[in-house]
Amino acid sequence: MISYILRRIVATMPVMAVVALFVFSLLYIAPGDPAAVIAGDQASPADVERIRQALGLDRPFLIQFGSWVWRILHGDLGTSIFTNLPVSSLIAQRLEPTLSLMAMTLVLTILIAVPLGVVAAWKAGTWLDRTIMAFAVFGFSIPVFVVGYILAYVFALHLEWLPVQGYTPLAEGFWPWLVNLILPAVALGCVYIALIARITRAAMLEVLQQDYVRTARAKGLGQNSILFIHALKNAAVPIVTVIGIGIALLIGGAVVTESVFAIPGLGRLTIDAILRRDYPVIQGIVLLFSFLYVLVNLMVDVTYTLVDPRIRY
Amino acid sequence: MALLDVQNLQTHFRTPEGVNRAVDGVSFHVDEGETLAIVGESGCGKSVTSMSLMRLIPEPPGKIAGSIRFQGKNLLQLSEHEMRAIRGNDISMIFQEPMTSLNPVLTVGRQIGETLRMHQGLDKQAALARAVEMLALVGIPEPARRVREYPHQLSGGMRQRVMIAIALACNPKLLIADEPTTALDVTIQAQILQLMLDLKRRVGAAIVLITHDLGVVAEIAERVMVMYAGRKVEEAPVAELFRSPRHPYTQGLLGALPRLGSSLTGAARRLAEIPGQVPSLKQRIEGCVFVGRCPIATDLCREFAPGLEEKTPRHFTACHYASKGAAAA
Repeated sequence: MISYILRRIVATMPVMAVVALFVFSLLYIAPGDPAAVIAGDQASPADVERIRQALGLDRPFLIQFGSWVWRILHGDLGTSIFTNLPVSSLIAQRLEPTLSLMAMTLVLTILIAVPLGVVAAWKAGTWLDRTIMAFAVFGFSIPVFVVGYILAYVFALHLEWLPVQGYTPLAEGFWPWLVNLILPAVALGCVYIALIARITRAAMLEVLQQDYVRTARAKGLGQNSILFIHALKNAAVPIVTVIGIGIALLIGGAVVTESVFAIPGLGRLTIDAILRRDYPVIQGIVLLFSFLYVLVNLMVDVTYTLVDPRIRY
Repeated sequence: MALLDVQNLQTHFRTPEGVNRAVDGVSFHVDEGETLAIVGESGCGKSVTSMSLMRLIPEPPGKIAGSIRFQGKNLLQLSEHEMRAIRGNDISMIFQEPMTSLNPVLTVGRQIGETLRMHQGLDKQAALARAVEMLALVGIPEPARRVREYPHQLSGGMRQRVMIAIALACNPKLLIADEPTTALDVTIQAQILQLMLDLKRRVGAAIVLITHDLGVVAEIAERVMVMYAGRKVEEAPVAELFRSPRHPYTQGLLGALPRLGSSLTGAARRLAEIPGQVPSLKQRIEGCVFVGRCPIATDLCREFAPGLEEKTPRHFTACHYASKGAAAA
């Protein structure tokens, strides 16, 4: 098991290398001369040339790439063109709100979506099932920012139950942190909840047909024990897979959600960096998110072995 | 008083094409410690009967009517909650498919212990200890190790032993075995049957054995009930049934058995068969259910369904011509 995890970590290296190459190429794929973009509209050709040399842009592509990777491996993600601060410290400042939002959304989603899917499968074909699935289609169809604004309008402006926007660091207390995150997490979670509720229902429907569910009933077990222990554990592999895939959805959604709720996280940093064409920051963030995604996939694979004893690596 | 007394059991399923009368007015009883075999070909309602006894038929589309008295209580009038206290505790069940009847993601010990914790109030530790005892009882070597294993680590025969351990864990009064040996190798079949007989003697449970294997019936049953197209067509003590079957369907079933010493080259080298198939149960059958395949059917059979009559003591047959049939056999 441990050796499997180690092997998997080694195997992520080529993946990360390809990602790095792609991220680095952003600078070249993007239209225009990076040096000219950085120098701005007012710069003279001499200024542009100076910047080009300062950034090493006059050297061959592979050498530039090599030295860039070398610096990253030493923890240096470069310097922001706009703020002149190290990219790593910029990201570090913004990491907590985004990770908090994603974690909160993930927990909320699993707590809501999985029971909904289980109930829908158990009551398949009834009005309850149809209602849940109708909400799932609804949740899937509405963009995050629309849900966000509606939630903010109803629960923050109108009912004044929750703050309209902003973020309070966890260090300043668990409760304020939680209260600020509820609306953004619900908004971001809508699509995710819909997706996972549907997958849970489909997986459960298949499992509930199985002979061992009949055995469990013949043993006199209660409905909850049959659904949530005997059936759900068997349905877990596809559900865990989709939860993992959904992390990508969360990353994209977090960028939008942070804008709607004015959360000073990586999403805001990303948008600002893109608007300012701050390439080192963009590269750093994309690299980080890619790494996160690869990590989540590894965790998903390891989780398989926990839910299904037949899966061994 | 009989342990189990079933009167006029009707299990119908609503389908888009009409009502499927899978079991249509079957009555029987099982005494304490007795072994009753229910035989018949595929689709005759054996399994639906057994599932109905446990009320494991999904309702809807299914509908169970009649009465099922177990120790005097009508199971059909119990709440789902009361029924759950009986399932796995007073009445338990062994299924046909040992490969798929155990939950693949839970340990064997957990699956045995679960019923004990639920019905007998044992704690986790005690349930596990008892699970080890049960595994030893059903003849699984190294029970202390096996109890921590998952079903995929066991062979088919061992899994069926585990199913038996689960079924007998709470010392049930009645064990329903739905083709317990069909999916197993012949050598394993004999072992499992022997095990069931031993345990039955030890636990004192009555058994309802559902099978289409007449060899198994002869070996372990005391009384046999023959079903055809959702109805009971004959019932007799096992020796009596094999000696003088009265219903043409039972005669056909017995005629289809290969006999030891029968010659492959002699005149009767081809086994007798019953031509045709079980009729569709989606229309109500007016006359005798077996009329379409019966060699001695007459107009009388087409118009009036024969009632179940006790032709000789304890031997019931539903055939207008049963005595003639017996004379011919």
